[in-house]
Amino acid sequence: MSTTLLDRLNSLDRRWIFLAMAFAVALPILLEIGSDETPSLPTKRLFDRIEELPAGSRILMAVDYDPNSAAELTPMSLAFTRHCCLRRHKVYFVTLWGTALPMIDMTIKEVVQAEFGSGERPFVYGEDYVNLGYLPGETVAINQLSSDIRKARSQDVQGTSLDSLPMMKDVVSARDMQLIINASGGFPGAKEWVQYASTPHKIPLAAGCTGVQSTQMFPYYPDQLVGLVTGIRGANEYESMLGAKYPQYAVMSKRPASRRGGPQRWAHRLMIGLIVLGNGIHLANRYRRGTP
Amino acid sequence: MKHIPVLIASLVGFLMVFAYFVPPLLSWRQTAEEWFTIVATIAMLLGGANLCVHHLQKISDHEAGWGFSAVTLAAFVITVGVGLFKLGVVPESAKHLDHAWSGQFQQEGGGFWWIYQYLFSPVVSTMFALLAFYVASAAFRAFRAKNLEAMLLLVTALIVLIGQTKDREITSLFLPTPADGSLPWMPIADLTEFIRKTFVTAGQRAIMIGVALGVVATSLRILLGQDRSYLGGDE
Repeated sequence: MSTTLLDRLNSLDRRWIFLAMAFAVALPILLEIGSDETPSLPTKRLFDRIEELPAGSRILMAVDYDPNSAAELTPMSLAFTRHCCLRRHKVYFVTLWGTALPMIDMTIKEVVQAEFGSGERPFVYGEDYVNLGYLPGETVAINQLSSDIRKARSQDVQGTSLDSLPMMKDVVSARDMQLIINASGGFPGAKEWVQYASTPHKIPLAAGCTGVQSTQMFPYYPDQLVGLVTGIRGANEYESMLGAKYPQYAVMSKRPASRRGGPQRWAHRLMIGLIVLGNGIHLANRYRRGTP
Repeated sequence: MKHIPVLIASLVGFLMVFAYFVPPLLSWRQTAEEWFTIVATIAMLLGGANLCVHHLQKISDHEAGWGFSAVTLAAFVITVGVGLFKLGVVPESAKHLDHAWSGQFQQEGGGFWWIYQYLFSPVVSTMFALLAFYVASAAFRAFRAKNLEAMLLLVTALIVLIGQTKDREITSLFLPTPADGSLPWMPIADLTEFIRKTFVTAGQRAIMIGVALGVVATSLRILLGQDRSYLGGDE
């Protein structure tokens, strides 16, 4: 490495790094470079659990995230809902985040209504899915849900009495659910569902979380969490399994996480390259200074 | 007078603990939880009022950055106003066509939905996305093997980073494929899994157990009235 080049690299303007990152992310998006993922065991266990549950099982879908983490969690939220609908499970949407209501609306609109709202056996509101909306109170709301849902709220998000909805007739609390799936973007999230619902009441719980959260969630797997989907890679794994089992979902247009796998892969490659380059410069500087 | 809040906190706290072990106390616990929701809602109103007073004070005193306070207040008032008055919301149910306010406040196409979709969502997504650029810059400038500890961290980070990408499969390219058709051995992927299962999970568990013990000790001090810092002031 010539001295001139080393000096240039030492004083490299960080805007070049920003530009390189912009290209690493933008080009795969523009060129539609997607990527499949080989399923990991924690993701596969959730997929298998939903497959094994008999049709009509009750699943509480806790959507606890906002636009901050939507890039990572929306694809998995869509995939979980899609899988539940394919298996004809009853889905109960709920959130502990005031800013997550539009996330539930979007999931219902894009998956339940658009893909399963027509045909021979369309999904009907109140019979196959319900939106319980936002429950204030964070961990207290989980407690209320686990002891008596009607204490947490007596109406759904549209103001309809829960007692008048057919799918709520035999449901008293979250303990009547066969599975809770939580898409978790922070507090309150998967950790609180483990502490206040799953562990004390023995309700099977699976979680999808952001990549950053994964280290905090893995200690709960596989005992308190039956499955764990982490970050965009986990969502990509789930979509890959869904595509393999249900060929109509193998196309990239229905796999947002797989489409994001390409940009993520190139961004990771750039990061690795930058770390290696940075350390190469560091070593060269030490050699030039004569430091061992 | 300051004994009353301490007494309420102690009684409700002990009730929540005992109700977990004594099922007949469940209805009392449920009542306490309902009260909590009501009190939390009032606290939210107080928080809103406090936010207004704080920022009005800053604007009035022309403190440094008072313009940001004006923007915060304007955003707060507009969002609350649009949501409360359901601007742009139309009746959804055929039964309530005459009632302009019968639609949901977050209805698609409504004012609140518009603010969420076109202001809140892009702003917070952008803030989060900026992380990628700063992390890349930091990785280049600061993530260097300056000593043994930093070198260990660097090597571990590189292994985990490669293990998180599809590129981990490159490490098994020259290894034989198992005869039973199962996945070939992937050194980097297996090493990543080993690091996660052994070091990361063990470390996390140690932290979690430590935090839990701390929470138990602090909770007990609060329930017994020893710790009154939650009352504010000099308590």
